[in-house]
Amino acid sequence: MVRATLAALMAHWWRHPLQLVSLAVGLALATALWSGVQAINGQARDSYDRAAQLLGQNRFARIEAADGQRFGQARYIALRRAGWQVSPVLEGTWRDGDRRLRILGVDPVTAPPGAVPQTVTGGAGLRPFITPPGLAFAAPETAAALEPATGLPELRATAGLLPGVLVMDIGIAQNLLSAPGAVSRLIVAPEQPMGRPPLAEIAPDLVQRAPQARADISRLTDSFHLNLTAFGLLSFAVGLFIVHSAVGLAFEQRRTMFRTLRAIGVPLAVLTALLAVEMLMLALFAGLAGVALGYGIAAALLPDVAATLRGLYGAAVPGTLNLSPGWWLGGLAVALVGATAASAQSLWRVWRMPLLAPAQPRAWARASARSMVAQTGIAAGLALAAVALAMWGQSLVAGFALLGAMLLAAALALPGVLSALLGMAERAARGPLALWFWADTRQQLPGLSLALMALLLALAANVGVGTMVASFRLTFTGWLDQRLASELYVTAENEAQAARLREWLAPRSNAVLPIWSIEGSLAGAPGAVFGVADHATYRDNWPMLRMQPGGWDRVARGEAALINEQLMRQAGLVPGDMLRLPGGHTLPVAGVYSDYGNPRGEAMIGVDLLTTLYPQVPRLRHAIRADPAQAVALARSLVEEFGLPPDNVTDQARIKALSLGIFEQTFTVTAALNVLTMGVAGFAMLMSLLTLSTMRLPQLAPVWALGLTRARLARLELVRAVMLAALTMLLALPVGLLLAWALLAVVNVAAFGWRLPMHLFPADWARLTALALLAGGTAAAWPAWRLARTAPADLLKVFAHER
Amino acid sequence: MNVRPFVFLAMLLMAAPALGQGFAGLGTAAQGFARPEPGDTLKFPADYGAHPAFRIEWWYLTANLTGPDGTDYGMQWTLFRSALAPETREGWSSPQIWMGHAAVTTPARHFVAERLARGGIGQAGVAAAPFTAWIDDWRMAGPDLSDLSVSASGPDFAYDLSLAAGGPLVLNGEAGYSVKSPEGQASHYYSQPFYAVRGTLHLPRGPVEVTGRAWLDREWSSQPLADTQQGWDWISLHFDNGAKLMGFRLRQKGGGAYGSGTWIGADGTVRTFGNGEMTMTPLREAPVAGRDIPVSWRVKLPAHGVDVTIEAVNDAAWMDVLFPYWEGPVRISGSHSGRGYLEMTGYD
Repeated sequence: MVRATLAALMAHWWRHPLQLVSLAVGLALATALWSGVQAINGQARDSYDRAAQLLGQNRFARIEAADGQRFGQARYIALRRAGWQVSPVLEGTWRDGDRRLRILGVDPVTAPPGAVPQTVTGGAGLRPFITPPGLAFAAPETAAALEPATGLPELRATAGLLPGVLVMDIGIAQNLLSAPGAVSRLIVAPEQPMGRPPLAEIAPDLVQRAPQARADISRLTDSFHLNLTAFGLLSFAVGLFIVHSAVGLAFEQRRTMFRTLRAIGVPLAVLTALLAVEMLMLALFAGLAGVALGYGIAAALLPDVAATLRGLYGAAVPGTLNLSPGWWLGGLAVALVGATAASAQSLWRVWRMPLLAPAQPRAWARASARSMVAQTGIAAGLALAAVALAMWGQSLVAGFALLGAMLLAAALALPGVLSALLGMAERAARGPLALWFWADTRQQLPGLSLALMALLLALAANVGVGTMVASFRLTFTGWLDQRLASELYVTAENEAQAARLREWLAPRSNAVLPIWSIEGSLAGAPGAVFGVADHATYRDNWPMLRMQPGGWDRVARGEAALINEQLMRQAGLVPGDMLRLPGGHTLPVAGVYSDYGNPRGEAMIGVDLLTTLYPQVPRLRHAIRADPAQAVALARSLVEEFGLPPDNVTDQARIKALSLGIFEQTFTVTAALNVLTMGVAGFAMLMSLLTLSTMRLPQLAPVWALGLTRARLARLELVRAVMLAALTMLLALPVGLLLAWALLAVVNVAAFGWRLPMHLFPADWARLTALALLAGGTAAAWPAWRLARTAPADLLKVFAHER
Repeated sequence: MNVRPFVFLAMLLMAAPALGQGFAGLGTAAQGFARPEPGDTLKFPADYGAHPAFRIEWWYLTANLTGPDGTDYGMQWTLFRSALAPETREGWSSPQIWMGHAAVTTPARHFVAERLARGGIGQAGVAAAPFTAWIDDWRMAGPDLSDLSVSASGPDFAYDLSLAAGGPLVLNGEAGYSVKSPEGQASHYYSQPFYAVRGTLHLPRGPVEVTGRAWLDREWSSQPLADTQQGWDWISLHFDNGAKLMGFRLRQKGGGAYGSGTWIGADGTVRTFGNGEMTMTPLREAPVAGRDIPVSWRVKLPAHGVDVTIEAVNDAAWMDVLFPYWEGPVRISGSHSGRGYLEMTGYD
């Protein structure tokens, strides 16, 4: 009996392959989006772990200067000679044009086992490694990209290193970074000799820190990943809508078969169990396909994600995928859970189905009409929760919860709102055909609502993210104009050259402004302190959000500091508060400037104070004010006169292009996921319409019999779909704008530390509306065409059979 | 003949499996480095210090010590220099690499520590006058080699000792030119075997006041092992009658050995001897660090009436360092009694 029942169930799919495909594709797409995003996240996280491992930060304590700055290696020798088993590390950035390389100078002789990659200490041998020009170990992709670069030690490609990092001997690194005798920190070996004197006795200016992955990168990039995860969840939710509708329809369509099977004696338990097994099998196959598809998505998007992380946060992530078995299993599990969730309700209905109930799809529609009320109630509750989150939520998680609640509320409210609108239209309609059209549309609504909800979500996300990106671009370009007021930016190769450069430039330019900075801890997080010259360039152009009267004068005298918006929000500082600089000096805050795109907190103090507080500050970068017409010529003569690499001299336009490029990348991934979500929603609609079209024959046949041609009916079907899409778009617009507001004013502030003004872009909405109508029309085209081609005999059969 | 672990040799020549070229790569050819020549005369205090033109060099101190309750202790303090190139440079690019080994052996335990350092930055080095040899906090210093203070520390031990030499330096081989193989591999090699020691061992159970005798070996070379030699057995013995014996044998791959040594009579007369005069026969092997090590030997030097058995104070005196070897104190019985040190390398 089991076999016969199974054969009967399978026969349904055999006769309706499209339903099977829609079910499988829906589940696969949902799984693919979810697992693709997870793959990207996992890969990036793995890279940070490797970064922490590479530096030994996760296993070894470290000793640093109290102000986080580099210190002389005499300190290192003093500690060694007091018995401390420590190994020096010099870290720095080396610029090769637009590319920034992280230089990691190590001492392979004293590094504790595991602190320096094995490949570095073995293989080539120590002598070429430590003898100038030395060797630099780099990930294969980094080594390949750097091949023609000059000024670097000979490169050795080594698997297992992070891209963008060059590992070399500390002596070689000191030369390359123009930091002779400097050390960034010391790695403390786990085993220390007995009886060594305390650290404070030998080097009171140094402090020991416990092993930990450094918080900065992970904290910053967390927001980015949370963003991706949220998108993944959104995609999965949209996918679940599809699965739910497909499963629901598959069960509904087979009600007659279930009744017949039950009537001829198949026990309810056997039937339910078989259906459950059928769903599991389907979920397994579709899940496998989805995971494979997810791999494809991740592989396609990862290079952009890697570029974003690198550009925005300086976090190096390889552009290639390397996935664990756990990820594959996780993707499958998600597919299984999704299918189970989607089919649970349907199975429950089969279990409760009265043996002799009329096996009509209409029954399902009525049940759904009942549930629509409950659904609208839930939507109202979620909307209230969203309002509460918007008013009292603070954290990034609260921001995303707000987004989730808002979108879900809108989606759940959609069928109710649409039903009300259609009801109004029906009451206003004149003539029997119009009345029938509205009534029939309303009757179809339950079957289409899931697809329409998916479309709403996709449209709203599109409006929201599109508004955010466009607002961002507009604000950011304006800000760049203010911030990059100087005509030229030049970086000297060393201090001596920098001094000559200043001398040479003095008569040839209007002003040479230092851009000198030190890195250090501000308000407990990694940040930087810049020295600023007293010059009109800053007074006139710097994008201040708030400023106390006479602020610039006080900064110039070294009596006050300016902070960026990020630091203001992180530390809760307002003008007038005291700011503690790395090393302990405190200054009152005189003003706050906007600093889009910078993930760190920063402060600006007078340049004289900077050089007094941090005498070791590198004095290499300068901004040059000159006649804009002469800027290019000046740049050329700088290169010729000083033999500077052309990349060390940059003009304003180039920096702007570079900065904008980085931000474009940030949103590439978002945009790609947006398009995918749209596609999924369109597919959902197509599948729903296709499934409905076969079920709807009993409703269409009487209208046909009354004289409406099949072509006319098909046109009406098409109009209906386009109209529904238009209504959905109309509702999606306010939801999308709310979403944009939440992204700009809540999520952005929590994730990046700055708030963007919101701009509106009606042209984009028009384009999106056209897209939505096109999606609706396209989705309806095939079912409508099928209807137009339905054999009259099939329509007549409706009157002959009681299905 | 305390050649050992030349970690760095192997670390630097890592491409070649170290033991394929003799213990720790010591059999590797030495292009560009200075070679010991038979006619070279050692000069002091200059030769207390380092010889950077030679590839390898060591300051090797071992001591047989006794606690207040008569317990035997062994102590080792060693500084190795290994040159990647025959030159000196200031700063990190110096090709001179330093390595320290320190150990304390009790009848029950064996404490070991190892230190590594780059030359050119002040972390380790040797100055001839006033004599100072150091790596990290480990020091062997004095006005000169006749009066030394020695200290070292590890995670679970430390020591602080004063050494006073009761006799002159002893030149091994031909006036300090010591031949290591029939092919002519050789080193410059002198010893100070006459130290009286006094000081404190800091052990997990607390400090122990000790006294005893110590032996310093100074040796430098560029290729002390022939390609065909895989390791060596070395002894330095203090007999109770005042005589002393240093002897070694370099084991050939596939059997056979090449040996020589120095006899120091109770009256201070020094006589060196060549291959074949002294025999060393293993009597007992002990399982140590996953291999069998001969920890008891019969040593015969017929020319001086020596026929003794030496027995490890602690069989497990295994130096678990980058290039591991066995080094520990021994008790002597037979024709002579006394204390000494035994070193064995190249046992796999």
